[in-house]
Amino acid sequence: MVRIRNLDFGYSRRVPLFQNLSLSLDRGHIYGLLGKNGAGKTTLLKNIVGLAFPWAGTCLIDEQPAAARRPEVLEDLFFLPEEVYAPALTAEQFVAHTAGFYPRFNAEQLYEYLQELEVPRGAKLNKFSHGQQKKFMIAFALAANTGLLVLDEPTNGLDIPSKVQFRKILASALSEERCMVISTHQVRDLESLIDTVVVVHNREIVLNEEIDQLAERLTFATGQEAEAPGAFHTGMSVRGPVAIRPNETGAYSRVDLELLFNALTSADAAPFYAYLNQPSHASVQ
Amino acid sequence: MEFRDNEAIYLQIAGYVSEKILRQQWPPDDKIPSVRDLASELQVNPNTVMRTYEYLQNQGVVYNKRGIGFFVAPDAGANVKQMRRARFLEQELPEVFKTIFLLDISLEELEQRYTEFKAAQTAPLPISTVTSNGQ
Repeated sequence: MVRIRNLDFGYSRRVPLFQNLSLSLDRGHIYGLLGKNGAGKTTLLKNIVGLAFPWAGTCLIDEQPAAARRPEVLEDLFFLPEEVYAPALTAEQFVAHTAGFYPRFNAEQLYEYLQELEVPRGAKLNKFSHGQQKKFMIAFALAANTGLLVLDEPTNGLDIPSKVQFRKILASALSEERCMVISTHQVRDLESLIDTVVVVHNREIVLNEEIDQLAERLTFATGQEAEAPGAFHTGMSVRGPVAIRPNETGAYSRVDLELLFNALTSADAAPFYAYLNQPSHASVQ
Repeated sequence: MEFRDNEAIYLQIAGYVSEKILRQQWPPDDKIPSVRDLASELQVNPNTVMRTYEYLQNQGVVYNKRGIGFFVAPDAGANVKQMRRARFLEQELPEVFKTIFLLDISLEELEQRYTEFKAAQTAPLPISTVTSNGQ
């Protein structure tokens, strides 16, 4: 659904943010986009949805350049920025003004989501708290039923019960026809929801892999096993030492996204990249 | 649902579904929750639940009516028990062994305790409930 090829982009000519970056995203998946502060997560999302224009290379949505902003592309695309803008309108007024742009928008779904997220009805959106505004926009974004849904840090500002409801709604909203991209620092919020991890680092995509595949190829070791030599990356947790190693036994260990991220963005990650990029020979299921 | 670190999530969900079937909360030939509904309830990716249902279908625990959904197989109880046995022996028993070994507990002590435990089980095990309530 999304095809980025050889993208170069930056806000200043002297500081390129992406160089020769390529990325493919398909329908039927929830992608988790991870990156350090300043790595360009939001900028990448803006290139995906056509809010930023590539210096070089292409960003396509269903074979159409995103930057051309064709109506048939825009009506099937929703981008929710981290900071939402809530106008002085009630929910009903906002729907009357905005829903027309999304042919598959479902009002019944919106009000169901708003109820589940405990967003009050009737008041004007700009009078809501920041968290309530954000939840309203999340509900609207999901109810728009677009093929491509891009959420930038959606769980920021949500309280604990809202995060649970958010996960429930998101899980029920994924279908074969939808592609969801979520950028986040809060990996624990979304750990069992995202099926594919995308990591942007040093001006390129350093990982785009299904979590199931990672679990097959890697062992996330703890304790004694973590201290044995031959690990790609080691760390410390409350449970004691932790490490990422090649999965040699085929045994399952849960993919620790935080440790994985630290491994990929550490200075000596070269052997780890090399291992991840070699074709998987252990793909016998 | 809290997931453990040492078993794939789709298998842990298979355990959850099996439990419902063994307890007859989901009786034979009843429709089980849709992939979407169970994914939402457990807050997991629907692709994971799909994998669970395909796995359970291969194990003869559920069957698929195309376009309608997944149903509990008539002989699901026996198949679940077999599946659970394999899972226990492969997944849980090694952990128990590890602790037994670490704490130096003798097999005689285990045997005695297990005999006591069995005697205390006046209520029938869940699986025999399934068969006796089957009428």
